[in-house]
Amino acid sequence: MLKTFPTGGIHPPDNKLTAGIGLRYLPVPESVAIPVSQHIGAPANIVVNKGDYIKTGELIAAANGFISANIHASVSGKVNRIDTITDVSGYPQTAVFIDVEGDEWVKTIDRSSEINKEIKLTTEEIIKRCCESGIVGMGGATFPSHVKLSVPEGKKCTVLIINGVECEPYLTADHRLMIEKGEQVLTGITILMKALRVEKAMIGIESNKPDAINHIRNLATGFKGITVHALKVKYPQGGEKQLIKALMNREVPSGHLPLDIGTVVYNVGTAFAVYEAVQKNKPLFERVVTITGKSLTNPGNFFVRIGTPVSKLIEAAGGMPGDTGKIVNGGPMMGRAISNIDVPVIKGTSGILLLPRTESQRAEIKPCIRCARCVSVCGFSLEAFLLVTLSEKGLYERAADERITDCLECGSCSYICPANRPLLDYIRLGKSTVIRMARERNMKQ
Amino acid sequence: MSSLLNISPSPHIHGKETTRKLMFSVVIALIPALFTSIFYFGTGAVIVTLTSVSACIIFEYIIQRFILKRPISITDGSAVVTGLLLAFNLPSNIPVHIIIIGSLVAIGIAKMTFGGLGNNPFNPALVGRVFMLISFPVQMTTWPIPAGFKTGYTDAVTGATPLAVIKEGIKNGESLIQLMEKVPSTFQMILGKMGGSMGEVSTLALLIGLVYLLYKKVITWHIPIAVIGSISVFTGILWLVNPESNANPLFHLLTGGILLGAIFMATDYVTSPMNPKAMLIYGCGIGILTVIIRVWGAYPEGVSFAILIMNAFVPLMNAYIKPKPFGEEVKYG
Amino acid sequence: MSATVLITIISLSLLALVSAVILYFIAQKFKIYEDPRIDEIQALLPAANCGGCGFAGCRNFAEALVKAESFNGLNCPVGGGPVMELAANLLGKEAHPADPLVAVLLCNGTPEFRPRTSIYDGPSDCRISNNLYRGDTDCRYGCMGYGDCVRACTFDTMYMDSTSRLPVIADDKCLACGACVKACPRGLIELRKKAKKDRKIYVACSNCDKGGPARRACKVACTGCSKCLKVCAFDAITIENNLAYIDAKKCTFCRKCVQECPTNSILEFNFPSRKTKGEVQNETVTDNQFV
Repeated sequence: MLKTFPTGGIHPPDNKLTAGIGLRYLPVPESVAIPVSQHIGAPANIVVNKGDYIKTGELIAAANGFISANIHASVSGKVNRIDTITDVSGYPQTAVFIDVEGDEWVKTIDRSSEINKEIKLTTEEIIKRCCESGIVGMGGATFPSHVKLSVPEGKKCTVLIINGVECEPYLTADHRLMIEKGEQVLTGITILMKALRVEKAMIGIESNKPDAINHIRNLATGFKGITVHALKVKYPQGGEKQLIKALMNREVPSGHLPLDIGTVVYNVGTAFAVYEAVQKNKPLFERVVTITGKSLTNPGNFFVRIGTPVSKLIEAAGGMPGDTGKIVNGGPMMGRAISNIDVPVIKGTSGILLLPRTESQRAEIKPCIRCARCVSVCGFSLEAFLLVTLSEKGLYERAADERITDCLECGSCSYICPANRPLLDYIRLGKSTVIRMARERNMKQ
Repeated sequence: MSSLLNISPSPHIHGKETTRKLMFSVVIALIPALFTSIFYFGTGAVIVTLTSVSACIIFEYIIQRFILKRPISITDGSAVVTGLLLAFNLPSNIPVHIIIIGSLVAIGIAKMTFGGLGNNPFNPALVGRVFMLISFPVQMTTWPIPAGFKTGYTDAVTGATPLAVIKEGIKNGESLIQLMEKVPSTFQMILGKMGGSMGEVSTLALLIGLVYLLYKKVITWHIPIAVIGSISVFTGILWLVNPESNANPLFHLLTGGILLGAIFMATDYVTSPMNPKAMLIYGCGIGILTVIIRVWGAYPEGVSFAILIMNAFVPLMNAYIKPKPFGEEVKYG
Repeated sequence: MSATVLITIISLSLLALVSAVILYFIAQKFKIYEDPRIDEIQALLPAANCGGCGFAGCRNFAEALVKAESFNGLNCPVGGGPVMELAANLLGKEAHPADPLVAVLLCNGTPEFRPRTSIYDGPSDCRISNNLYRGDTDCRYGCMGYGDCVRACTFDTMYMDSTSRLPVIADDKCLACGACVKACPRGLIELRKKAKKDRKIYVACSNCDKGGPARRACKVACTGCSKCLKVCAFDAITIENNLAYIDAKKCTFCRKCVQECPTNSILEFNFPSRKTKGEVQNETVTDNQFV
C-alpha cells in the first residue's frame, strides 16, 4: 500500500511528455534581464552600475535584510541598464539588463564535473554559504533557504523531508534531476541534514516515476540516514503539509509551520542547488526548467540561466506552435499565465507549458448544484462553496473563522466543479483580503 | 485578436465532469427501473413517464422564457431527472391532467420560485408527489396489479400495495401471519411483481441503479446505507419486540418507496447535506421518520414525508456539522 | 349561540386581554428612552440607507445629528442642502452646506485608445482581475470594465457601455453616495464638485507610469508632460507621479488645458462647441446621451 494523504485530492491526467527526455544546457542568450525580486521577502539592493563588466556568478544585488536573498549574474558581459521589465506577475519589476559577452565565470567557482561527497564545512558555515549563494526554495515558493535552516531557539527539527513528488501534470524538472544528478542531490540532502543537525531524511517520490525511485533508492544505500518512499499519485501530494501527512502521518496545526512538529521540507532542486553552492562554491544562477506542451515539436528539460527570456526556451523547443492559446509559467494547476514571451526565467520557474487554444478557454459558468465535490477534494477539509459565498459578499471575518487562510490555492476545487464555477478565484480574493486586514490590524497595535 | 494569449487565473485545466453528465448518469441508473415498470404496468407506464418528463421540461422552459426572462437551462438535464423521478412515484393508471398539475407544482413551485437549479430547499419531485397525494388522494392510492405488458391503460385491475394490506389488516385485528399470505412472496417483491408506484416496485432494478451510481461516483455510499441501515435496525427492534403486529425488516425494505427514496431521492445533491458526517445523520433521520410514519402514522408509506422533513434540516446540518479540520491541536509546553 | 361557541369567545377574549396587560407592563419596564427628535430627523432624511453619509443607515445618521455639537463634516449627499437645512432648523443648529458632488471616472481607455494585449476569461469581477494581473491591457491603472461599480450603485445611475467598455455615470441621477468609489479596486472613481450646468473638466487618466510606457499602453494617457500646468492661470493643476490632477474647487473652466494637452487626456463636458482640438475629442469620446 503506497502512502498518501487521506482527505481530498484529485487525479488530473499526468501528461509527463518530457519524462524521458534528458537534461540539456540551453545556450547562453544574447542578453538577460535579472529581476531583483525573485524570492519571498524584501527585493535585493543592486550593487552594480550601468556599464560595469561582470562575470558569471558575480554578486549583482545584495540581500536586503534577513528574509531576502542575494542575486548573482548568470552570464558575463556589460550591464546595459537598470530598468523595469514585466515579469510573471504582470507588473513591472526592477531588473538588471546585461548584454552577454562570452561566458567568463568567477574564479572561485569549482567547474569540475567530479562529484564531491565529502562535506568539509561546519553547520554554521553551511548556512552562511547558502545565504551567500542566494539559495531559495526551487519548488516554486522561493522562500530563502538560509532562513529555514536557521532553527530558532526553542524549536527542534528531528527529520528532514525532501519533496521529489512533482505532482503537477506536465512538469518533469525534478524527475530528470533525480535521475541524472542523483548523487549530487543526495549529497545536497546530507549537507542539509548537517545544517539542521538531524540524523534522518525521508524523500517522497510519486509512483509515476519508478525509474527515479529505483535509482535514488539504490544510490541512497551509500548515504547515511536517507530513506526513499514511493507515494500514491494524487494531486496535491507535493504540497508541504500533504507530504508531511503522508510520510510522517502528522498534520501541521493551522496557522503554524512544519518546524512546529519537528520537520523542515525542501525540494530536490533546492538540495541540488545547495550541493553546488557548498561543494562547488557555485551560487544560484541556473536551474532546470521543463518546456512542454502537446503541440511543441521538441519539448524538453533544460538547464537555463536565470534571466533568459522565455522566448529562447520556446525556440529551443521547436518554436511557438500556431495554435498556442495560453502560456503558463509553472504547472497547469498552480502556475500563472503570462501574456508575453519576453518574461525572464527566474529562480522559481520550474516549467513553461504551452496550451493549445482548444484547451485555453474556460467553459460557461453554471449554477451550483451543491454536489459537495469541492468539499470532498479539499486536502484541508475546507468548504469551498462556503468560502466563495463569504468572499463574494465581503464577510471576511467569518471567512477567517472558516480557516480560509489554510487554503493552499492548489485549485482542486475549481478543477472538480461540474458547474465550472470559479471557486479558487473568489477564495484567493477572500484570502488576500483577510491576510491584508490581519496585517493592518497588527500594524495598528 | 486570435494571436492574443489567454491570461485567466489558475487552474488552467479542468476535470471532465459536468452537471449535464451527472444528470445523464442518474437517468441511465433509472433505466432498469423504467424497464421493469413498463414490463409490469404496460402502456400506462410509458404514458405516465412521457407525460411527466415532457411536462417538466415544458414548464421549466415556459417559466424561464416568459415569466422569469432568464437564460434557458433545460439542457442541463435536471428537469428530465425530476420528471422521471416524479413519474416513478405515481401509479401507472393516474390520469394525465393530474400528472401535469403535479409537474407544474414540482418545477414551478418547488424549484423555480426558489431560484432554479441549486437553490431549492425541498426535493421537487417529492413536493410534486406529496401535493398530488394530498389533492388527489383516491387516484394516488389505487394501484394497478401488475399483469404484464398487455395491460391496457385504465382497465387494469386495481388493488392496494402490500404495505397498505398489512396496515389495514393490523388495524382490523388480523394477525400478521395471515396477512403475509395475502401479499406477494419475497422473491416476487424483489423482482417487482406487486402493487405500487411505477418506480418503487422492483428492488432488483433499483439496486442495479445503485451499483451504477456508486461505480460512476455520482453518489457516495453514505446516504443510501444510512437510510437502509437505520430502517433495518429500527424495524428490526420493533419486530423483535412484537413479531405479531410488526412486519420484519426485509418486508419493510422491499415494499414501498424506501429503496427508490434512499437511492434516488434522498441523494439529490441540491437538497442533501454537503459532508459525510452530516449525510449519515440525515440518512438515519430519514430512516427513523419513515418507520415512525409507517407504524404509528396515518399513511402506510412514509418515505416521501420523511425526506421532505429532513430536507428542512439540511441547512442547519450544513452550518453546524462540519468536516474535521486539518491540523493537529497545538500542544503548549 | 351554543355553549361551546360562548365559552370559546369568552376564553379567547380573556386570553387576549391578559396577554395585552402583560405585554403593556413588559413594554413599560424595558423601555429605552430615546430622544424623540431622532425620530423627527429620521423622517426628514431620504430613507435610502445608502451609507453615503458615512453612517450605517439613516437612523444612525439621525442619531449622530442630534448628538453632534455642530454640523461640520456631516452631510447627507442624497438629500443634499435642502434636507440638511431642514434638519439644522429643527435642531436649532447651524447648517454647514457642503458642495454637491458627482461621481466621475478617471479613465478613458476604450478599446480604440487602449488596445487589448491579452484575453481574460476569468470571472467578470474587477476585484479578482485586479488581484490576479494588471488586466487585459498594458495599463495597470486603468478601468477593467467588469462592472463592480455598476453593481454597487443602488440608485440605478450607472451602466456599462459595451463599446467603450467603461462605466457610464448619469450626472442627473448620481447622488454621490460613494458606493462606486469604494467598489472600484483601483480607485478610479472620484467625487468631484458639481459645477453649474453640470460642466466638468478633469484629467481622464490614472496612469502613473512614465511617458513612454503610458503612451504605449494607451493613446490618451496622461504622460505628466506638464503642458497643462504651464497654461493654467489659476493654479488648479498639480502633477504627481507622472500624472496631472485638476482641483475642481480651483478650476474656473477656462478650458485652456483641454486644448493644450498633447494626448487629449483632459476631457470637458457640457460646454458649447468650438472649433478646436478639444471638440474633436468630445465628439468621439464624450456621449451625453444617458439612457
